[in-house]
Formats: sequence, C-alpha cells, structure tokens
Amino acid sequence: MKPAAFDYIRADSAEEVVQLLAEYGDDARILAGGQSLIAALNMRLAQPRVLIDISCVADLSRIRVGNKNLTVGAAVTQAVAEKVVQDSNNIPLLAQAFPHLGHFQTRNRGTVCGSIAHADPSAELPLCLVTLGGAVNLRSWRRRRRVAASEFFRGVLTTARETNELVESVEFPMPKKQARYGFVEVSMRHGDFALVALAGAVSDQGVRLGVGGVADRPWVETLPTTSGDDLDAALEDLAWKLDARSDQHASARYRRHLVRNLGRKLITELSS
Amino acid sequence: MKRLRHTRHTVAIRLNGIDRTGECEPRTLLSDFLRYELGATGVHVGCEHGVCGACTVTVDGLAQRSCLTLAVVADGREVRTAEGLAPEPGVLSELQAAFRRHHALQCGFCTPGILMSCADFLARVARPSEPDVRQMLSGHLCRCTGYSNIVSAILEVASGNEDSPDA
Amino acid sequence: MNDPSTPVRPTAWVGQSIERREDVALLTGTGRYADDLGTRPGTLHAAFLRSPHAHARIKSIDVSRALAHEGVRCVLAGADVRSWARPFVVGVKQPMEHWCIAVDKARYVGEPVAVLVAQDRYIAEDAIDLIHVEYEPIDAIVDSETAIAPDAPVLHEAVGSNVVSNRQFVYGEPDAALDAAPHRVKIKIRYPRNSCTPIETYVVVAEHGSEGDYDVLSNFMGPFSLQAVMALALQVPAAKLRLRTPRDGGGSFGVKQGVFPYIVALCLAARKAQAPVKWVEDRLEHLVASTSSTGRISELEAAVDSNGRISALAYDQLDDCGAYLRAPEPATLYRMHGCLTGAYDIPNLKVRNRVVLTNKTPAGLVRGFGGPQVYFALERLVQRIAVELQLDPLEVYKRNFIGAGDFPFRTAAGALIDSGDYHATLQLAGQRGDLAELVEKRDAARAEGRLYGIGYAAIVEPSISNMGYITTVMTKEARAKAGPKNGAITSATVSIDLLGAVTVSVASVPHGQGHITALSQVAADVFGLNPIDIIVDVELDTRKDAWSVAEGNYSSRFAGAVAGTVHLAACRLRDKLARIAAAQLRCDHADIVFADHKVFARTAPAEALSFPRLASGPHWAPGVLPDGVSPGLQETAIWTPEQLVPPDENDRINTSGTYGFAFDICALEIERDSGKVRIDRYVTAHDAGTLLNPALADGQIRGGFAQALGAALMEEFAYRPDGSFASGTFADYLVPTAVEIPEPVIAHMQTPSPFTPLGAKGIGEGNSMSTPVCIANAIADALGPAVDPQAIELPMTPSRIIELIAPAEQRPQHIAPPPQGDGKHFATSGSVNIAAPVEEIFRVLHDPEQLASLIPGCRKLHVASDNRYIADIALSVGLVNVSFHADISVVDEEPMRRMRLFGKGSGALGAAEGDGRITLTELPDGTRLDYEYKVSLSGKIVAVGARMIESATGVVLKQLFSRLGRVAGHKASGAARWQGLLRLIGLGKPGSQERR
Repeated sequence: MKPAAFDYIRADSAEEVVQLLAEYGDDARILAGGQSLIAALNMRLAQPRVLIDISCVADLSRIRVGNKNLTVGAAVTQAVAEKVVQDSNNIPLLAQAFPHLGHFQTRNRGTVCGSIAHADPSAELPLCLVTLGGAVNLRSWRRRRRVAASEFFRGVLTTARETNELVESVEFPMPKKQARYGFVEVSMRHGDFALVALAGAVSDQGVRLGVGGVADRPWVETLPTTSGDDLDAALEDLAWKLDARSDQHASARYRRHLVRNLGRKLITELSS
Repeated sequence: MKRLRHTRHTVAIRLNGIDRTGECEPRTLLSDFLRYELGATGVHVGCEHGVCGACTVTVDGLAQRSCLTLAVVADGREVRTAEGLAPEPGVLSELQAAFRRHHALQCGFCTPGILMSCADFLARVARPSEPDVRQMLSGHLCRCTGYSNIVSAILEVASGNEDSPDA
Repeated sequence: MNDPSTPVRPTAWVGQSIERREDVALLTGTGRYADDLGTRPGTLHAAFLRSPHAHARIKSIDVSRALAHEGVRCVLAGADVRSWARPFVVGVKQPMEHWCIAVDKARYVGEPVAVLVAQDRYIAEDAIDLIHVEYEPIDAIVDSETAIAPDAPVLHEAVGSNVVSNRQFVYGEPDAALDAAPHRVKIKIRYPRNSCTPIETYVVVAEHGSEGDYDVLSNFMGPFSLQAVMALALQVPAAKLRLRTPRDGGGSFGVKQGVFPYIVALCLAARKAQAPVKWVEDRLEHLVASTSSTGRISELEAAVDSNGRISALAYDQLDDCGAYLRAPEPATLYRMHGCLTGAYDIPNLKVRNRVVLTNKTPAGLVRGFGGPQVYFALERLVQRIAVELQLDPLEVYKRNFIGAGDFPFRTAAGALIDSGDYHATLQLAGQRGDLAELVEKRDAARAEGRLYGIGYAAIVEPSISNMGYITTVMTKEARAKAGPKNGAITSATVSIDLLGAVTVSVASVPHGQGHITALSQVAADVFGLNPIDIIVDVELDTRKDAWSVAEGNYSSRFAGAVAGTVHLAACRLRDKLARIAAAQLRCDHADIVFADHKVFARTAPAEALSFPRLASGPHWAPGVLPDGVSPGLQETAIWTPEQLVPPDENDRINTSGTYGFAFDICALEIERDSGKVRIDRYVTAHDAGTLLNPALADGQIRGGFAQALGAALMEEFAYRPDGSFASGTFADYLVPTAVEIPEPVIAHMQTPSPFTPLGAKGIGEGNSMSTPVCIANAIADALGPAVDPQAIELPMTPSRIIELIAPAEQRPQHIAPPPQGDGKHFATSGSVNIAAPVEEIFRVLHDPEQLASLIPGCRKLHVASDNRYIADIALSVGLVNVSFHADISVVDEEPMRRMRLFGKGSGALGAAEGDGRITLTELPDGTRLDYEYKVSLSGKIVAVGARMIESATGVVLKQLFSRLGRVAGHKASGAARWQGLLRLIGLGKPGSQERR
C-alpha cells in the first residue's frame, strides 16, 4: 500500500491553486489534510499526476464566526474549527457533531472543506451543512460561484464542483433564534462513519431533519409537524424514499428502522 | 509556490529535537521516511489507511497519522516520536513509567502511537474523565490489552497533571 | 530442595505481579521487531500480485511490461514454483495441491499469483500493476452447505468433491441414550470467520545461500511442525531451512502461523532474484488473504433427563477451511476432540466431522483455535436446555459438571482433565460478580419493558497440544501405517557465563505475553537471584537453538510447558552448582541453599559463597571439579508430558497436556431503538493452576476478552455471494476500540496441574472460547424465548438484533420497489428521457465513435468484431479513479426496442462485469430509455470500498445514459443546442476522448 508517483506543488495562495487547477484539471488532486486522499493514494484508488498542497495557504486558513454564517476556509482543520465552535458556545449542531467526526488524531489534520468536497454520504459535516441550509463557495480561474448545499451534493463522492474548481470555503448558517438543534449518530464503533446519522433543526418555521448514511448523499427533509401520526407517516415515507442499501454492517431495513425511530425521538426531544 | 517533481528530494525536519535531513520522493509517506530514512523505528506501521493509529507521531505538537502524511509536507516542521519522550537515557517519562506500572502494554506494537496521542491530548486536556480518555484512545487499535490498563495509566498521570495549560 | 522433581513452592518471585522486563525498550521506541532489524545491502523488496477472482483458471501471465519497468529485478510465477518447489503436505490423504502461490487456478480473492521483486516497495507496487493475467472465472462457492451439494462447482477437481474429510466417532452408547432420553434438545449454530488481526503484519526477509540453503528472518510464530512442512515444499533437508525470529513480536494470537506459505514463496523469489528479498505485508493483504478462523456449522443434540442431566451429545460439525487445507488444518476440529463434552461428565458421545473447502482464504490458527466453535454450540445448547426444561441455567451447570473429587477425569473422547473445581469456580464468579444484584437488575428492567439479559458460559480450556491429536482425523489403519505421533516436546537451556550470570534460552517465540519477565521469575527462584539478574534470550535460530517439533507460540503452551521446562533445566544446573558448593563448604549437596545471591549450607548460613563467584568458577577451573561433576555450565532440559499418547484404537485421544477452566457471567442490555448492546457487567473466573505472574495472566484475560467481544458483536470477514471479499480495511473489519470494551471483573482459582512442572496451565485462550457464547447467551436471554435460537448468530450486530425484534414493515405503495439482485450480482436501474427518435439512439449505440464518447472515461476503443469492442477506460468518481481494460458488446434482442449492453473489465483494482438490458419506448417528443443492470465486482475495489461501490456504480451508469441522451438528443436537435452541449459535457467533437 504505497502511493503511485506524483508531482507535488505547495501553493502559497488561492490564486495559485486555481491557476494550477486550470492547468491540470482532473489530473490534479487538492491535498488539504489528506485524511481521505492519502488513504486513497495508498490503496491506489487515486493516482493523480499532481498533488496541490493547500495546507500552507494563508488566505485559505481563515475561519470566521459572523452574524449570519460560520465561514470556514479550505485549509482550516477540523480541530481548529471544533475549537472555534466550542469557544463560541453558540453553534449547537456542529458542537454536537464534531465528536463523532473520526478521531482527534484525524481531526488534527483533516479539513472541514475536504470533508465537504469528498462528499462521503455517511460523513457528518456534509450532513450538518445540508441540514443547516449552508453553502459552498467554489472558485475557478475564471469565476467564483456560491452553490447551496442542497445543490452541491449529487451522489456518492459526487458534487457540483467542476474539476477546475476549488472549494474555497463553506458557510454554515448560524443558529436561528428560538430554534433547537440536535445530532444523533449510530455507528458500529466510536469515530466510525455513520450507519445512520440524523441532524435535526426544530423552530417555529418547521422541522428539518437531515439524514446521513442512508441515501447516496446527505439528505434533508422538511417535516410537517413535530408529533403525532402525521410525523410518523412522514418519517415512514422518508425512511423508504432514501433507497437504503444493505451492506455487511447493516441491512436496509435496519437503516429505515433508525430513520423512523431515532428520527421521532430526536424531533420529540427537540420540540419538548 | 514550491514544485517538486516525482523524483527524490531532500527533506529536513527537526526530529525529537535534532535537525535531520533525508532523501525521499513526494510520494514517500512520513512513516516510511521516519523509519527507513531516519531510523526512527519506534514509529510502527499497522494499516496505512489511518485507522489503527500505530504510526501516530506529533507534527508541530499535534498528534497525527504519519501514514496519512507525506514526508514532503512535514518538511521544515518539528516531529516527535516515542524515541523522544524519555527525559534522558535510562529514565522513563511519567507516562511511560505509568504504562509500565499498570501493565498497559503487551506486544508493544501499538504503544508508541498511543504515547504520542497522549502527549498531545494531555497537553490540552488537564483533567480528562475516563470517557474522555477512552474517546481519545478510540483512535488506536490495540489487540493485546483490552485497553483498561492503558486507561488507568493515563488517568493516573492526568490526575497529577497540575502544570497543564488548562489547569 | 535440590530434587528437581519436587517443584519448589511457594517461592519468592513466581506468583508476583512484577513489572515487565520487556517494557522499557517497547515504551521508548527501541523494540526489535522483524521490520526493525535492518537488512543486508542489496536487499530487494517484494510485492504480491493477487487474484481479483474468487475462483478462476489462470490462462496466461504476461510479465514483459513489468520486467521492463525500471528497478524491477524479476517476477516469480507459477512455472518457477512448479520447477523449484512442491505443494505443501496436507493432513488428510487427498489429491489436493496447495502451492505457495497459485499455479493453474486461483481459488480465493487475494490468492497470490505472482511475486514481483524490485529495488523498493514503491517500485514493486508500481510494476505489479503492469503484469497482465488472463483469467477464466469459474462459479465460486462461498457457503459451506452449498459446497457439499453434489452439483456444486469443485475447487480441486482431482478430489472430485469439496468435502475433503468425513469422519464419524462413537464413544459409549449415544444412540441408546438419545432414544431413552425423556428430552432431546437440539441447536444449530454457525460460527463466522474472523481473526485476531495483530497490529504488526507479516514480515519476511529471505535469502538463498550458496549451498542451496535458505535463511529466513520472519515473525512466524513457530518453528513448530511447520518448519518441516516448509522444508519439504522447498525440497531441502530441514537443516537447510534456517528460521530466525526477533526478540519482539507485534502480536500473533496464532495468526502469525499463516506467514509460512509466504516464507516459501519468498525463499523462491530470493532464489530467482539472486539477492535477499524482503516483504512487509500490508493491512489490505493481511485482511484479505492471511488467515481466518474456521467457519463452522454445527448441529448438536443432547439427551437430557427432566433434571437437566445430560447423558449423551451428538455433534455434526461442518468446517469451512477455505480454499486449501493448509497445515495444521483440519486441526480446528481435532484440537477440541478430547473435550467435546466440555466441563461436563457426559459418558456418551457421537460426532460427525466433515471438512469442506470453499472459495475463501485458507483457515488457520486464531486464538482459541477450535474452542470458540465448539463452545458456541455446546454452551448455547446448555442455555436452551435451561429454557426448554424451565430450569435455572446454574442448576443445569451444577448437575452436569465434573465433580471436584473426580480429577483427573477421563472424558468420553479420551481427554485426561487434570485438575479443577468447577462448582467452586462457578460459586466464585457469582460472588465476585454479585450475580444476585444482576438478577435483581434484570427483574427490574424487565418490569419496565427493557431488554436485559444474563448469560453464562463454562469452558474447559486446553493447553499444550498433543502433536498426535491431528492424527485422529485418520482411521486407525491409516494411523498404523503412518506411525505414531504424540507428545508436546519442549526444550529450554539455562547457562552460566564467565562472570557467573544466568542466561535462559527458549524457543517460545513471544508476541507480547511477557515470556522474558515470567522466565526470569522462574529462574530467579531456582538460583536465589533477582529476576533482573537473569538474561532471557527469546530470539529463535533453528540452527543454534535446542528445539523440536512442538516448539512455538501456540496452544497456550508457555506457562505449563516452556516455563516448566525452564524450571527443570534451571534445577539441573543448580543441582550441579550445589555439588560444587558442597565440596567447597564441606557439607552434603542436599543441604545447599541458594538465596539472596548467596550459596550456603543450611546449617551454616554465615559461611556463604557469592553466587557469581561460585557459578563462574567451573569455567576457569574445570579441572578441579568434584568427582562425578562434568565440566560445563549449560543444561538443556527436554520435556514432554507423559500423558500425551497417540489416539487409541477406539479413537480416544488426550488432545492436550493440561486443561484449565473458566466460568463467565455476562449481564447486558439491548437498546430497543438502535439494537445496540451495552454490557452492564462481565465476570470471568479462571482456574489456570499456578499463576506465574498474575498481572500477566490478567493481561491475557483482558486481551482475550476484548478480542472475543469483537468476535461476538462486530468482527467478521464478510464475503459476498460471488466470493468477493468486503472487509479489506480496518474501517470495515471492525476491531473494537477503548470505547466499546468494558472492564471485566476477573477472579482466579488456583488448582495446580499435577502434570506440569510448576503446576501452571494456559490462560490466554479461555475468553476466546467463553466470551462469544456468554454474550450470545445473554443476548438470547434479553430477547426472550420468542426469538429463534438459531438466529443468534455472530457477530450479533445492532442490525441483526433489530431484524429479530423490530415489527414487520411494509413499503408504502407509492414507493417503487428497489431493483433486486440475484445474490451474486447487484441490480441497479433507471430511466432517462431523450429528445431523439428511437432510430437515432440505436444508431448511436452501434457507432463505435459515438459509443466511445458515451462511455464515461473511455480513452481508447477499438472494434474487435461486429458490435464487440475493446476499450481502455479511466473512470473517476470523486477522488477515486479506476483504470481498466474492458470488453464491451452490444446485442440486439428486439430491433428498435430492446438490446443488451454487456461489458466486463479488469484492472489493478479488480474485475467487473455488467450485464444490462435497455428498453426504448417511443414518446411524443422523443424516447424513454429504461435500463436495468446486473453488476458484479470483485477484487480490491470491493475489499476497500464495499460501502460505496453500488452507489458509485449507479453514478457511472447514470453518467453513461445521460450522455447517451445528450449525444443522441444533440444529433436530433441540430446546431442550436450544439454550443450548450459542448460546454455542458466538455466534448470537443463527438467521439473524441474525454475524461470526466
């Protein structure tokens, strides 16, 4: 398990990164924290010609807690973001989700944007981003564009990002007043990818339930109510329509069971 | 911008307080560079995909998987491994001594990685609870001990951890 | 005191939990593991090419591109192996050929097909992908019950069947007892394939010498009988295969046995390369292809009276040994043969043992070896007896246990169980674990509707295997012909150096158990020294060490056999010193005392000699030794338990030298919402005879417990029905972490063995045997009697539990049913609307240039024959990219309406096959295209990506058909959409090569 050969470029600015992407396109991969990429290189699941290391790019290393959004730059590690979230004491969904995210040793290197760009359907951060209705800022040599999280994730490991684009930053909306947020995850072991992860946001405006680990992408559903038969029926529908798959760890039926039961439990807790 | 072709290059790191240089390709994993180029065989390789934790080292003080780090990325940084933990030859650090006292290791293959995670963890968390310690350890697989003696050893050291920044 | 036949107890050091001698090096990163020892200049590095197919004929191997790669020295393939080696000998007489790498046929995913030797490992892996192998896949057999069907594909044609051994045994009158019994209780179980996955993988450095000899440094757990198996395969005398192992081993648990075929392959590779060759197994290789526990299906029936007293057992055991019967298999069946009646006094027994081969990794030693399989059936049965007869399980235990006064006890199948007090151990477990409180908690929880259960397990833990037990697989006639095999021969050498220090040398090949520490305690006691004074050499060199056929790290033989033999050797040397001292001190040698680094006469302690002074003397003045004392200060003791004789004419066999005991209690709760199991308390009470170092013993218990909890709840080598392997990473083979492992309550009894020199027995494997079934029994108790007992299957994952307890579900009518695979393939389907007439779509699909533009990642496509194409494809899904050669054909089934688009391909990441049907339906403004695909994938891509592979395949197919829509639609709609399409799909001109 050793990587195939590649050229290595350590970029000093975002400008350089997008120029390099314009030059190499799909022949290049962005190396931010490398916690998924280098594992894939070691297994030779990826054999890019060029790695563009963005970990030292200062203008991508910014994280900002604003009034509307928590904006996280492409080189910001999960550990740094976790600390900011903990210190701000005001970003409840992410605060609950971070401890599930791999292990502190991988959060020390892994980046927030890397996890978003990788689009693993069981990963926690993409789930939080869609549940909160966040956005992804993409930048290419020619343009910048902002894509809503709900549009960004297209399927397993597949996103709206073009090969010449960099996920420059992501925006997690700050919590709404009066809204309550909750995150639950069932995994086989602590720190594993979720068998099912649920992220809930309950406010006067309604109930949003995000589901990870079931469909081919993180999914968010607006539910009609917070209790009763209508909620049960909506959850039943949701459980089925995500087209759950069976794998060696859990059956499709098990995943549907968790969506129904933990979904109801989470929403009930958030609305009580 | 720094461009390195896929051939061999010089990488310089500060390893356990000593400036060291070696040759490697961009694709060389930090784990291989430390072991085979610099002779730091206390870095153990158990999975090469970031799950088992045996290869954990600290880079600029942060515990991380050396199998998921390229040596060229560590260029110019400060790397510590289990070889650098003892305060002087023949004397174990407090944590190492606690591991020994608690029979917290058997085959010892996962141990150096765990010690390096602890080095980072105990520097940030002054008085960890048992669940805190177990969560930190969940980034390491140990097949011999069943973990409980490792947990006891770490908790014992943490309980005397007065000088920690968070204390 | 000087009589070595009288064990010296109690003693100063044995029995103390002293700190380990091993730890300072291991804690400071200065351990000496196999990969740390350095190699000769010029050493090359190997990588293995492995089969992506579970079952395939190897048609041809083309290594030319690999050999042309810079830095590559050579490739070892089947033809070389045929000319230089022989197949491994197997334990049953069957015409099976197991070579060190596949020669004509690959029989499991990951089976080595070639060894490539290059300058370094990175280059070796670059070049391995350049070897082209042409395979002809054959149907694979994964399930052992399917494998025994008469029409099943056969792995080894010369055998003619997948059943390679079938033996029946009868002891006493089991049929009469079953017929007469008021109750017959029966259970069927499946034990999964799993492993202990040491964190250090296999390491081998092999060299071919000028005299045709081989020199190997590895982390093999033997020499064991397998040294001879390897030498025979290499066609050299045993002495020409030198095996060395380093001081430190990174965990074995039996698993390091599986390195031996690689040792042979690398010896041959070194011979071909004419240079030393090193190989470090990677984790993917280890999980997919190193070894596994033996999967088993057992049907077990008991004859029981109304009090729960068992009078007979009938076993039908079907072992899945994987693709080859690799030595010492089928030992998993026979190691436990003597104690198939467990901890119970059951006079009547019958057994049918069948061994079946399937397209999986060969089985081998895994901690507990045979025990987990037997006890999973036997102890589940005891739980069922209690349930069916409505008895307290503890009563069933008490009524059937071998009585404390009955030891040594000869079991029905011939084991001579040396010592124990099972009733007292059960009592101890209940007290130490506060069973009464657990029962109260269970009652309270159940009253609230919670799922709380208590399980038990009683196991007899054999240690020090009889080398003859495996011959029980042969008939007595075959045994007579082959000659007797028996014993558990063990050697130890104790010597004194020029300055009077003691060195102990053993061939025990430790992997973390603390042999150095324990042996220094044993020797320190004998010589009146401190453990720190004793040098213990555990490095093995088969050229120099005293060793024999049973030597190595397995069957928990350390405490009983190795430490005992060290004690014997030390006593002999001490006896010699006592005679020398007696001459100097002018007393009888029987009165000499060794204590506190001094040697003196019991009657005159003041007139003491210093130990080093006395002990070094004979080196310097061998001419003045007392009469009858020979020169030299080195004693090698060789011991074998006399109780270990070959199987008798009635197939009775004392399978092990000594037998420990464990009684476990598990209380747990199952979360109804998630199916997760929370262990409330786990109690494990052991009797392993004399404990040499209780902390080391507890370490074995905790470690065994943790592995067994993994086996019970999460670990499994998962094979898909087509034989592809889905547990190739530590993200999919789930080893429990510190969060999942609770701290067990440990209790000890010490009933010394009368058969081992120090009274010690093995302790390292007990929990591998007791814990999986104890947890399963607790889960069965929590779920209640309504749940089918056969459905309690390991690992008991949350998903499996929910499948048993969740209410039935029904798909709402408006949700379409998902496509159904046929087991061996998975299905995916979809539909696209295309703004083009049916004819245009047909035309595009039959035009090679257009076809090339449709296939995602197609870089080159040429026409092989009518409607058949060969293509080079490089697919990207996210950060993953996969390159492969594909063979694509288009078959019209109904012109303008239905067609098949079939493709198969292979590349470095594995093999894929897709068979799809496309149906076209005319719409007012175009065409609707429906596709239904059956896809099978095998090899590395499944091993590392099983979780996402199906979705990813769906993504690729969706890409293909939406491109078809664009290309055909573009043709139809003319120039207006031309620019837009170009931008959208990045096409230069139709048919150009694209990547996306």
